[in-house]
Amino acid sequence: MAANQQDEPLRYPLPSPGPLTPPAEWPELRQKCPVAPVTLPSGDRATLLTRYADVRLALSDPRLSREGLARPDAARITASESGSVFDSPMARALNAEGHERWRRMVGRWFTAKRMRALIPKIEATADRLVDDMVAHGQPADLVPWLAFPLPVFVICDMLGVPERDRDDFKRWSDAFLSISKYPTDEVRSAQTRFAEYMSGLIEEKRRDPQDDLISELLAATDAEGRPMSDLALAATGQALLLAGHETTAGFITSMTATLLADRTRWERLLNDPSLIRSAVEEVLRHEPHGGFGMLRYVHEDTEVPSGAMLPGGTTVVCSMAAANRDADAFEDAEDMDLGRSPNAHLTFGVGPHSCLGQPLARTEMQTVLGVLLRRLPTLEHAVDPAGLRRLEGQLTTPLVELPVRW
Amino acid sequence: MSAVEVTVDEAKCCGAGQCVLIAPEVFDQRDEDGIVVLLAAQPAEQWHPAVREAASVCPAAAIRLTGGS
Ligand code: HEM
Ligand code: SF4
Repeated sequence: MAANQQDEPLRYPLPSPGPLTPPAEWPELRQKCPVAPVTLPSGDRATLLTRYADVRLALSDPRLSREGLARPDAARITASESGSVFDSPMARALNAEGHERWRRMVGRWFTAKRMRALIPKIEATADRLVDDMVAHGQPADLVPWLAFPLPVFVICDMLGVPERDRDDFKRWSDAFLSISKYPTDEVRSAQTRFAEYMSGLIEEKRRDPQDDLISELLAATDAEGRPMSDLALAATGQALLLAGHETTAGFITSMTATLLADRTRWERLLNDPSLIRSAVEEVLRHEPHGGFGMLRYVHEDTEVPSGAMLPGGTTVVCSMAAANRDADAFEDAEDMDLGRSPNAHLTFGVGPHSCLGQPLARTEMQTVLGVLLRRLPTLEHAVDPAGLRRLEGQLTTPLVELPVRW
Repeated sequence: MSAVEVTVDEAKCCGAGQCVLIAPEVFDQRDEDGIVVLLAAQPAEQWHPAVREAASVCPAAAIRLTGGS
């Protein structure tokens, strides 16, 4: 398609035909134009990758980088780029710490062992949120009752934010995410209050260390024996909220919507909860609105597996969601198979920059799904799922609401 | 059935812990930084499917298998 549209490239993001269906262009792009010229909302040109092997290479090959996106010739997503999560003053504070170093220091908090230890707490939080939703009565919107608060509360637990301060935390995180919804001075005041709160919290943990990430980072030093600066500690707290709140909330919502949209899926999980782990991976793979995709800047000419050459200086958009439905990588790629294994989807990226929080996101999704199946086996959509609305015009496009009954 | 030899590349590993969740008998993670630790370089045959799955989903492609079918 794009071949005869050289002068009029596709506009990206592509329009979506429905809340749970992928853009109609994907199959043709993957087959006929896996390296497609596109125009971003800013008007800048970029190159869209939709094949599994190409996306995998672009995300992990050192000839391409995320850092390169700061160069003046790199494409911008929007003209008034306020900076994506990974390209903000906060991200720069963390990069100043050294990405590798930061990742290793924070990564120790995301081991499989740590995650297993977190499960009872996540489960108790989810149970409490479900209690409140049930007390409110049906129908209820799963987004504000469960999907949105849960990931913030989990991050609070990780950072060691006391329970009494969680609601403040949630308000600030909402404001950070709603850059377009809230007036800028409100976002700025949330930033200030968050920064003040974090420095207080850091002082408190320094006096009275507990079993949490901040205390641990205060006590820890990197391989060269340097501790993390207070500024980087506060930025770490904000980074985890920004990277781990809306993403996980969106996936808890669309996981529930997708599994309920075909009752046989829900029934299968009720009959065999051992499928929860693979079902979560399949939801992550199958999600058609996982987001905009990740951008990379091409530093030197790079040939991708589909055969095309990416010239140095190109900005590529890696559509992990399109790659996740590539028939060359997955059998019956369009179908949802709750038992699919192995399932090397690209939803968390790949390589040295791949999602640091993926073990936590997986643990949260698995735990919430288990709680919903146990507590509300009769859960169902309260409205026609085809009529659900997505938040458009954002980097992530979560469902705005998910009315359910039980 | 031939033996399967597992190797891990610590420099590539990004500590995602997928391998530990899938094959805890074969992989662990260092407490200090979450980097993979190989517990069994020649795992018993019953773990081969799990090891293969871990290798294929490791986001850093840090797990290599040699031998086996
Ligand atoms: C389902 C939920 C989530 C999805 C789909 C997701 C997806 C992603 C993706 C695609 C990247 C970028 C990979 C790249 O640039 O190649 C990323 C990075 C990151 N994510 Fe997640 N994420 C989720 C949840 C979380 C959670 C819960 C946390 C932590 C609390 C988190 C923390 C991070 C961090 C810190 C990075 C930057 C890693 C780095 O630069 O080394 N994410 N995530
Ligand atoms: S799955 Fe790969 S990246 Fe993750 S801990 Fe294991 S070896 Fe490291």
